[in-house]
Amino acid sequence: MKQLTLILEGVGSTVELLIRAASYIGTLPRQFARFIDQCYEIGYTTLPIVAILSFAIGTVLALEAGYSLQDYGGKDYIGSLVGLSMARELGPMMTAILLAGRVGSAITAELASMTVYQEVDALVTMNIPPAKILVLPRLAAVTCMMPVLLLIANIVGWFGGAVVARYSHFIGIGPEEYFAALRQFVKFKDVMNGLIKAEIYGFVVVLVCCNIGLNTRGGPREIGAAVTRAVVASLVLILVLDYFVTKVLL
Amino acid sequence: MDCHATRNPFTGAEAPAVGVKVEGVSKNYGDLQVLKRISFEVQPGEIFVLMGPSGSGKSVLLRQISGLESPTAGRVTVGGLDPRLAESRDQVRLALVFQAGALFNSLSVYDNLALYPREHRLGNERAIREKVLHALRILSVEETAAKFPADLSGGMKKRVSIARALVMEPQLLLYDEPTSELDPVMAATITEIIGTLKDEFKVTSLVVSHDRDLALSIADRVGILMDGHLISVGPPAELHAPKNPRIADFLNPKIDIKHPRFKQLESAPEPTNQEAS
Repeated sequence: MKQLTLILEGVGSTVELLIRAASYIGTLPRQFARFIDQCYEIGYTTLPIVAILSFAIGTVLALEAGYSLQDYGGKDYIGSLVGLSMARELGPMMTAILLAGRVGSAITAELASMTVYQEVDALVTMNIPPAKILVLPRLAAVTCMMPVLLLIANIVGWFGGAVVARYSHFIGIGPEEYFAALRQFVKFKDVMNGLIKAEIYGFVVVLVCCNIGLNTRGGPREIGAAVTRAVVASLVLILVLDYFVTKVLL
Repeated sequence: MDCHATRNPFTGAEAPAVGVKVEGVSKNYGDLQVLKRISFEVQPGEIFVLMGPSGSGKSVLLRQISGLESPTAGRVTVGGLDPRLAESRDQVRLALVFQAGALFNSLSVYDNLALYPREHRLGNERAIREKVLHALRILSVEETAAKFPADLSGGMKKRVSIARALVMEPQLLLYDEPTSELDPVMAATITEIIGTLKDEFKVTSLVVSHDRDLALSIADRVGILMDGHLISVGPPAELHAPKNPRIADFLNPKIDIKHPRFKQLESAPEPTNQEAS
């Protein structure tokens, strides 16, 4: 019962934070520098790990698909399989999980530290709403950066699959055939569905991490606990949301 | 100059000084009652020092007055307005100097001070620059402008924190333990600064401290808080010969050197040369 109350309180405070941040949306043009800083943090610094992981997933997908399909003469469809998997499911899911681990944890640590060391209180006494300068630029940045990260993840993953399809001895499909199959089966709608998923997951991750950071109470030890809680909550939310969003988008 | 008018440190313009009214304030955290029906007033333009031992609820009371927390019961007004509301803070400028400074670690000292005027659009960047440098000059820390809070000593942090409060052109200045963790010389300097700001700019000041020297040298009135109760309010002269034995014990603690603890220290073996080195 106590756990349920805590979860409901968390949901309530997260929604409240979203409403408060949204109420300052008109100030975003004046916060352009903060927005760019956050785009750098969320987009640029996450890009290398997203690219590496996408490439790895693309190669493994192609390898597994090639191995399984070789006996059934289905090797020609490897491009479509890798393409659809990356665009519709693995791309958005993996990018959101990486965002939670790489960016979400950093956001929670920073905001929790600011809360514990009374920097957030200082903002309140200066009549500068924390939701305006600490949350809104991050939400705006993740909204802009998630599609970019996802598109790069998809493209790198597709190329990873193409490399394995070309050089693996039991597949041996050239890039032309691989990308022809990918183009034939991966529609614009599939890519868009992935983008919608990534936007939702990324937004939720940043919002939840901001909320947990700003609600941290206690001393330095609580900062670490808050980071763990934020990453776990983000991962659970991504997995739960994934089912429902996928169902809606089917 | 009106004796109840605050003088703007930058423009010299006068604004009405504000008072603080605390009426029957109680604060509970779960089952723990930290503040118990506290009532007092801080008159416009005065320095009110709130003293008490650690854990007596001084900083909690300051959080209620600054609007950072809501009392469980009772009411706080600053200049007749509720300090928790953003609209009130627009009308009555209230600045809080935190115990540990609470400077924004990711910003330089200059940007720490410039944040308030920038966010509230109080002039162009040139005017803000002049104001920030002037505030740093008043506190004699202009050389720290380009530094980051992590590079400052404790005393410097306190001064920068006061300078940041000053940039807000406050009508009410709240200080939370301004001389804690400072050496006696720096503590005296900070005490002098608080007194000077009051004399120069007539800012109403509420200082939370357990520093007796600070209270004696700058306070107009002193309140003593113990176990969540405000047990005394009066002029600082009363601190010389307090009638209440609890206040006397707090202000003039007697260390019993015959206590067993000190006996143990006495009988402890002398360290050998190797241990000492």
